[in-house]
Parts: sequence; C-alpha cells; structure tokens
Amino acid sequence: MEDMNAEKEKQKEGTAATNAGSQSDPRLIAFVCNWCTYNGADLAGTSRMKYSDNVRVIKLPCTGRIDPLFIVEAFKKGAKGVLVSGCHPGDCHYTSGNYHSRRKYATFRDLLGYLGVDLNRVEFSWISASEGNKWVAVINEFTDKIKSLPDKTTDIFTKK
Amino acid sequence: MSRIGVFVCWCGSNIASTVDVEKVREEAAKIPGVVSALDYKYMCSDPGQNSLRNVIKEKNLTGVVLAACSPHMHENTFRKAAVKEGLNPYFVEIANIREQVSWVHEDKERATAKAVDLMKMMVEKVKRDKPIEDVRVPLNKKALVIGGGISGIQAALDIANGGVEVVLVEKEPSIGGRMIQLDETFPTLDCSSCIMTPKMVEVNQHPNIKLYTYSEIEDVSGYIGNFKVKIKKKARSVVEKDCTGCGECWNACPMHKNVKSEFNLNLSERTAIYVPFPQAVPLVPVLDRSVCLHFKKGGKCQKCLDVCGPKCIDFGLQDEIIEETVGAIVAATGYDLMETSMYGEYGYGKYKDVVSGLQFERLLSASGPTEGVIKRPSDGKTPQTIVFVQCVGSRDPEKGVPYCSKVCCMYTAKHAKLFAHKVHGSQSYVFYIDIRSTSKGYEEFVRGTMEQDGAVYLRGRVSKIYEDNGKLIVKGADTLSGNQVEIAADMVVLATGVIPKKGSDKLAQMLGISYDKYGFLTESHPKLRPAESSTAGIFLAGMAQGPRDIPESVVSGSAAASKILGLFSKSEYEVEGTISSVNEATCVACFYCQRVCAYNAISRKEIKDRNGNVVKVVANVNPGLCTGCGACVNACFSKSIDVKGFMDDQIYAEIKSLAV
Repeated sequence: MEDMNAEKEKQKEGTAATNAGSQSDPRLIAFVCNWCTYNGADLAGTSRMKYSDNVRVIKLPCTGRIDPLFIVEAFKKGAKGVLVSGCHPGDCHYTSGNYHSRRKYATFRDLLGYLGVDLNRVEFSWISASEGNKWVAVINEFTDKIKSLPDKTTDIFTKK
Repeated sequence: MSRIGVFVCWCGSNIASTVDVEKVREEAAKIPGVVSALDYKYMCSDPGQNSLRNVIKEKNLTGVVLAACSPHMHENTFRKAAVKEGLNPYFVEIANIREQVSWVHEDKERATAKAVDLMKMMVEKVKRDKPIEDVRVPLNKKALVIGGGISGIQAALDIANGGVEVVLVEKEPSIGGRMIQLDETFPTLDCSSCIMTPKMVEVNQHPNIKLYTYSEIEDVSGYIGNFKVKIKKKARSVVEKDCTGCGECWNACPMHKNVKSEFNLNLSERTAIYVPFPQAVPLVPVLDRSVCLHFKKGGKCQKCLDVCGPKCIDFGLQDEIIEETVGAIVAATGYDLMETSMYGEYGYGKYKDVVSGLQFERLLSASGPTEGVIKRPSDGKTPQTIVFVQCVGSRDPEKGVPYCSKVCCMYTAKHAKLFAHKVHGSQSYVFYIDIRSTSKGYEEFVRGTMEQDGAVYLRGRVSKIYEDNGKLIVKGADTLSGNQVEIAADMVVLATGVIPKKGSDKLAQMLGISYDKYGFLTESHPKLRPAESSTAGIFLAGMAQGPRDIPESVVSGSAAASKILGLFSKSEYEVEGTISSVNEATCVACFYCQRVCAYNAISRKEIKDRNGNVVKVVANVNPGLCTGCGACVNACFSKSIDVKGFMDDQIYAEIKSLAV
C-alpha cells in the first residue's frame, strides 16, 4: 500500500508540472498485437519514419486478448483516445483472434456511444508487420483527430 | 517485495541522441521497488550483459527491465543472460525505446518523457510477473511432405536419408510435379526427365518413404510433434500392389479420343485408364471414372479388365481415408500458370498456334505429343518463325499480377535456343520488358541465345496478334529503335506468369498457416526464417512460397528437411510457457473459452473425490495445443482463465502507470 500511495504522489507531481494529457497534448493508448501491428510499428522505427509522440503502445499477444474493459480503463486513466490494431482479416497469427476482437469491438462501440463517449475517440485498424507507413499514417491522423475534438466527451469515465 | 533492476541502453547514439538516457535512469531509480538503475552504451554487448548479470546476483533481483531496442531484437539475449544467474527468463521485460521512441521522434524532451512512460509501464508489468516454465512436448519422429514435385521430393529424400520416416502425399497419379513436364533445363540444358526420374524412382523404393499418389489431404489437426493427418486416397480402380504397369489396359481402352491429356496440357489425348506419362512413378494407371464407359454405360465395357494379366483392375474400389500421426509437415504445393483469357489481344485459346510456355515445353519434349519434333498444333507443320512474348500476366498490376515470375526470362531464352537447335535456319523473336538473368551461368546463357543462336530480342510489348493467310501477324513496339514492328510468325509462345497451385489456400487454412494476397504461402520471416511457416512444425518449400527456379526449389526442399531433422534430433520440443491456465476454484464450466479457442486446446476436466464421484467439472488447457493468444481470457465470465505473461492484473497495471 505504501508503494501505491507513493506512486500516486509522484504521478500528481509529474502531471501538475506539464501539459501532458490535456486536450491540446492528448495521451493516446494503443493496444496492439505482438505479431502484426507491433512489428509494423517497429518497422516504422527501423525505417526512421517520424510520427506523433502522443501514443503509448501496450503490447498483447493478439487483439483477441484485448478486453473491452482495457479500453474503459484507459479512458478512466485519462487517455483521450484509444486505438486497437492487429493483423488484417485472414492474417491473424492465431487464426481467428482478430475476428473475435472485431466482433467484440462492434458491440462495444455501440455501448460506448450509448454511454455518451464520442466514438471518434476509439479507433480500430488493421496494420500488418510490413505496413510501417500505415502505422505512421494511422497514428498521425488519429492524433490530429483527437486534438480537434471538444474536450468533454470522456467525462463519463473521469468524473470523480 | 519486488527488487527490480532497470537498465537503460544508449545503443551508441541510436537511443542516446534522442532520449536523455540519464533522465530515464534517474526516473527509474525513483520508482518504489526499483533497487538498481543503470545506463550503459551497449547493453547487448558482453560487458553490458555481464553488468546485468552482476546486478542480478549482487542485488538479488526479482525482475529486470531493459529500456532498449525492440523485444523482437534482444529479448532472448537478455533472458538467456538472466537465466544464467538463476532468474526465471520471463522476469525480463523490455521497454522498446529505440524502434518506438528514439528512431521515430525528434523532440528530445518529449521523446524522453515517452521513454520514461514505457519504462515505468514495464516496471509495473515485471512486478506482477509470475515464474513461467516452458512446456516440453514429445515428438512423433515422422514427417509428412505435401506435394511430390522437385522440392517435395528433395525434402522427402533428405529427411528419409537422415533416418526419419516420411509420408509423401501427391494429388496427381504420379510424382514429378512441374519439373517432369519440362524438356531441357536452363542453363546447362540437361534433360529434365534424365535428372528427375532417378529421384522419383528413389522415392518409390526408399524404405523410409511411404508414397501416396492420387491422394489429397483431407484434414489436419494437432500441433508440432503430434499432427493427426487424414489422407484421402482416391479410388484408383487399380490395385497398386498387383499392377505390373504392363500397359495392356490403356492400349485396350476404347476411349482413346476426346479426353485431353492434362499432363500434355491439352495438346494430346489420353485414354480413360491411363498413366500420365511413360516414366510415371508409381507406374500404375488410374481409371478416370468421369469418362470411363464402364461407369457411364452401366458396367458393360470392361475391356481393360479382360486384357489385364494379374486382374488388378477393381471397378468397385472406394475412396479410402488413411490416418497418419506425424511430428512435422512440409508444404510443397507448387504452382499453376496464370489464365491468359484477359489478354484477348494475344488470341490464346482462339488461335491454336498461340501456346503457353509450358505447352511449348511439351512440344519440345521427346516424351511429348510430337515426340520432340516441333510441330505447330493447328496443322502439324514445323514452324520456321516463332515469336516469344515475355511477361504475359507478370509485372502487370492492371490485368495480371505485379510480381515477376522469375523463371520466364530464362525459359524463353532456352526455348529460343532449343528452337534454333532443332529447326535449322529458323528465326525467333523475343518481346521483353527487361531481361532478368541473375544466377550462375544465366547471363551467359541468354547472351548465347542472342549471339550464337540468333534470336532477335525486341524491347517492347505486343499490342495485337491476328491470323492472316495461315500466319500469325504479331504487331508490337520496339522501344529501343522507336519503331512499330510487324512479324509474320508461324507460332507464338506466351511466357505466362506463375500463380500458386489451385487449392493451396484451402490447404493453408487446414494447416493453420498464412498466405499472402496472391495465395503464396508466407514464411515466418522472409529473410531469417525462409523455410518455416508461422506455425511451429510446419515448413515450406518450392514454388508454393513464390516464383523460383529449380536450384532454388531444391535448396528450399533441403532447407525444410534439415529443419525437420534438427527438430527431430532432440527427444522433446520446448514450447514457450506463455499459455493459458485455469483457476479451477472459480471455473463454472460454461466452456465459452472452448468456443473461442482456435486450437481445440480446451477440454473438460472432471474433478473427483476419493470415492471416484465427480464433484466438479472445469475447463482444462492442453499445453501442447495452447498458443497463448488469450482469446479465452476475454470469453471467460468468471475471470477464471488467464494467459501467463499477459495477465489481467499486469495489463491493468500497465494502463494505470500511464495515467495522466
């Protein structure tokens, strides 16, 4: 418990000093699969492509592992946008994980909309290991889109 | 209490120029639970690894975070170093601050902030890591090779010569594949059947090879070391073990017209009971029931049976399903030629004397329909002028495929050369886009065709081919001289592009391996793991992976074989331990996990009391089948299943560490 309290203190200090996480400098969280999109993002790196630095990547084995509650949790922790990305349909390393994810996402999106979340804040994409350029484009476009949105639409998760 | 060590790598200037590594280290030191934070120029170097090992030992670390390059680069390096100091390898986590920070961002302050975030995230993850033991799977030391072309044959022979049993399955009545259809092979002009038939015979006689021809893969289940394969042996109507291959039956068959020979690509006819070509292996005919009079006319005709000495023809034979258990599989399914119907201007199918490259091979072949004398299909006359058109379908993203079929430049040069050798005083013209002749002896070969054999190479495309007065008029452009050309030819040969074998996508789905948008099977890594598919235990060879010539196909067959022999040299196969596990105390046996599992890895488990009464039913994970994808975790309503290495509490901790 001591650990956790100390952590909270630290986080408060950290965020108070900067603008990070605000609507003008939004925190984006990307849940990506290990095989396609994570490699695609790595490829962007090895190709020295440049893109917006607002995104933080959380690696999972497969998009099928991504629990919709992870997305809720990301919003609760102040993310202004959440990206889910995995292998293209038919290319899932685990055969069908991306299909499970797609189906779950379609339903979950409706639920988010019902809760009042601006659906522009969640994005789903397929990025293969060879699509470093697509990763760059998706991140840049998503960041620009989030920056352009009115700053109230994730209140449902962040209200105290 | 966690005792975490954080190691920040500079990667020379690769990381350090964009990320303030010292700041990352300082931030790391402030995190509760972190007992040591260091930065070093090259963590992957020997001194770097030694410092990692020293700190693990001195500080008795319970977890390690490396803020360095992508885990796909050096995760294994650092895990191995940690294991040497007695740490569980899965207590090593990587924060990717090179590929995903320093190489993609420019603002040093912001890049540093991101690097700190990623490092913190991994510290929270490693705090919650549980020790994971790798799973050992027993191996059935027997291999399945799918496809009996040159690469499949090479793989089968190499594996069998290594002392391992092989099951070779071929869809056609004979092995030999595409290579046995060829006449002479570039660049040495050795005859294909002369070098191929000894290998085919060796396969048939090898004590370690079980050969199933005229058979298809019906179903594949299981996993590395333990694949269960169902093979459908199609009804041949001939009992293989009794047949002597004497040929009386096909000579007696009344159906000797109207059935086109598949092997000769419709350039000749075959009988209803037939061997595709004289050197077929096994030399046992197949009865084609779709055209046989016995089956079409209610059993009256049985002329083949009447003349059969050993009476081995059995009209009542049924398809048979054979089950085999193997430890590894080679997919060598080969290729087809593209349809050229979208090139109406070339007149393929409309004019008999416009043929494909493979058809021309048959016209050249001594065992072909014209016994090696070049005769044009329309009137059987020997052509004096032939126009060859390269890149028909290849390198044409509009109508065909964008890739290069690789072999056409060389076989067209060979065709022109052989034509010059066989028909003295003849003339050939080759329309090409570029000449690609990059292997040993290839460029010299093409030069020889131009300079010694007098083939005229024209750089440009053909716009139209039409018939006029018994000649094929070929209109095209010579872009090097800037002229339009018109050639009156006796024959036209189209170098049609190669595409994956029809049905190879279905087979890939059955095997659970991936294929690209054209249908070619994809490698686990295009450069570093070219013989492996993405599924453990399944290997690839030959044209099934993409266009390649004979030497490359042989090499890939041997590569797959050596991988399998390597795999089988151990008694067990080690599987990564990052798989699912069930909390039996909370599992309510709804089996939603079973429904989403793509690997059939989840089964029912009954928990019994000491009297043998079932007290509870729970889900159970087969560690040999589970791949750790985690789909089951999200399907579970009672949160009773979790995947090691990516547990729920770890992911939530990661998200929390990113709070703003």
